Amino acid sequence: MTLRSLATLLRPSQVFTLRGGVHPETRKHLTCDAEVVDMPVPPLLRVPLQQHSGAVAEPLVARDDLVLKGQLIGRARGAMSANIHAPTSGRVIAVGHYTAPHPSGLPVPTITIRADGEDRWGEHLPRLRPEIADPDEIAAQIERAGIVGLGGAAFPAAVKLNQRKKYPLDTLLLNGAECEPYLTCDDRLMRENAEELVDGAGIMARALGVERIIIAIESNKPEAIAALRRHRMALGVALSVAVVPSQYPMGSAKHLVLAVTGKEAPARARTAELGVLVYNVGTAHAVHLAVRYGEPLISRIITVSGGAIARPANVRVRIGTPVSDVIAFCGGIEGSADRVLLGGPMMGLPIQNLRVPVVKGTCGILALSPAETRPRDSMPCIRCGSCVQACPCGLTPFDLNARIQSGDLEGAVKIGLMDCIACGSCAYACPSSIPLVQGFDFAKGKLAERQSRKHQAEEAKRLAAARLAREAAIAEAKRAMMARRKAEMAARKQAEASDGAGLAAPAAAPRSPAPGAELQP
Amino acid sequence: MIAAATSMTALGLGLGLLLGIAARRFHVETPPVVDEIEAVLPGTNCGACGFPGCRGLAEALAEGAAPVSACTPGGRDVALQLAGIVDAGGGASDLAIGAMAETEALVAFIFEDHCTGCGKCFKRCPTDAIVGAAKQIHTVVMDACIGCDACIEVCPTEAIVTRSKPRTLSNWYWDKPPAGFGQIPQARTGGAA
Repeated sequence: MTLRSLATLLRPSQVFTLRGGVHPETRKHLTCDAEVVDMPVPPLLRVPLQQHSGAVAEPLVARDDLVLKGQLIGRARGAMSANIHAPTSGRVIAVGHYTAPHPSGLPVPTITIRADGEDRWGEHLPRLRPEIADPDEIAAQIERAGIVGLGGAAFPAAVKLNQRKKYPLDTLLLNGAECEPYLTCDDRLMRENAEELVDGAGIMARALGVERIIIAIESNKPEAIAALRRHRMALGVALSVAVVPSQYPMGSAKHLVLAVTGKEAPARARTAELGVLVYNVGTAHAVHLAVRYGEPLISRIITVSGGAIARPANVRVRIGTPVSDVIAFCGGIEGSADRVLLGGPMMGLPIQNLRVPVVKGTCGILALSPAETRPRDSMPCIRCGSCVQACPCGLTPFDLNARIQSGDLEGAVKIGLMDCIACGSCAYACPSSIPLVQGFDFAKGKLAERQSRKHQAEEAKRLAAARLAREAAIAEAKRAMMARRKAEMAARKQAEASDGAGLAAPAAAPRSPAPGAELQP
Repeated sequence: MIAAATSMTALGLGLGLLLGIAARRFHVETPPVVDEIEAVLPGTNCGACGFPGCRGLAEALAEGAAPVSACTPGGRDVALQLAGIVDAGGGASDLAIGAMAETEALVAFIFEDHCTGCGKCFKRCPTDAIVGAAKQIHTVVMDACIGCDACIEVCPTEAIVTRSKPRTLSNWYWDKPPAGFGQIPQARTGGAA
């Protein structure tokens, strides 16, 4: 054991202060004492083939196929993608498109399964002994199990794990901050499944070759802190719990690293460059299940809460369960819901259609009553600077907004638009209720679109050049063929002349294909 | 024999020299700005601007005979770059670019019911964005289409239209929030408290 890891064992982790941030009312009391309940498998599951950041998975089943629980039904395509497994046994009734769990309501490739009610396991993944397994084997297992980051962004976990080859890592930081109001699914997981979670962390630490694990938890979860403080080691790696102040957005990876280690990640750089890799606590639990039991990621814990939910709860649901079924399981909507969100109230996405499915990155379903939302009219900016104080990234949101509203997106980029993490602290803090972060979302999307248009214009140029070259080649080939034919004709005439009349003419030269035939593909 | 050979050689050399001198002497100078403009244009020679290819438009722009907004497939980005090079028209070009600001990316779309598989569109497409065999339904590869209208002109059954590029999950983004005062439309964040 190195001196450094010894030091981490002895020294209680020091906490560094964060710049900016806000303190929204947490409203976690609605669900924080509710034990996680298993929701029965619904009759119909819709499993999108894109639940992760990256490329859409390739479907491996067709309509009318019978699938077993845990069977691979979508294979990762390309470097940034994740496998998709059947959440229960049943019959595939459609492989097509269905509304995505996204505010746009656009369709996404989806496999629809009618559950047979038996919930029969197919083949499990081969189990591994992490104590003796090779890091690459563990990474491959995590990839096979289709594990993505369960904090919300759904970044493929194996892709993140492979950063060990690029950067020298020393710390695995597990994110149990859960700074979003209402959500308590990570809190419940840490309280109820501390053993498994710590084991999963140990497995990941071994795969990464790091010398310490830190679990960062906000101070408003004393039970979770106590549950995890009982563990000092995970598979031979030193483990400590860092208590961080309850403050939004503490759960942002960069800010958590800053709070725990005191090291600030440079703009647009990864935390891995500081030697720290951040995973959600739920991801560690999923890794434990995948490696020890060979279970792919087919279910997750979500918080169902909000003033309009009859019985707020933490529910373990199968991936692909319709949101409406989950809400019905929690007693349905009481009164009227002003809006239904997937995720927390600060960064969650509103959905219009309640039949969309729960996916790997869904950490909560919130049905907010009109009393909880604040439909206030936006007013002029009074230059109070609240947004500047609230911004955890050190930006000037009012200035960014002014530039975006006047169409000067490049100007907004110049003063740090791309460093914005879209946490929404500015819009929350604004006394005039100006939709600040909403404008930044728009600007980032617009800039991405411009970038892709530029790329497309370059591609079009290349295609046009290729077409010109091909046409020139065809014309050249035509000319060559004409010349050959002329030569053949001349040769034949000469032969006829030398043979003299009365002799049979030689067989005509075989006809060449019509010019331009190769034009058609 | 020798006389013929020498006379032919002399003739060839003499005429060659003459041609060489003429090429130097009567060389037509293309203004370098034309090349610069052509580099900015999409280079697909689609003809949507009404000039003979991108080179033709570049020459017209250099003379000030075409507005900077002439290239519709290039859209606003190209117009802005062109305005930076030719800086002609003053307020007029500003207005033209301003009008372009709201244009969406367009792509061609073939109504398959009407397609006879004649293959005319396919031969006309400058970026090979249309695929399909003879007597078979043709279709447009969205990512390669530049929305230049070249195929629409040649379609005998009027089966092709342009429409705005369909939005997908990967290219969707939020609308711009209104600048004025009043109710914020249903958007993300700002829920609690």
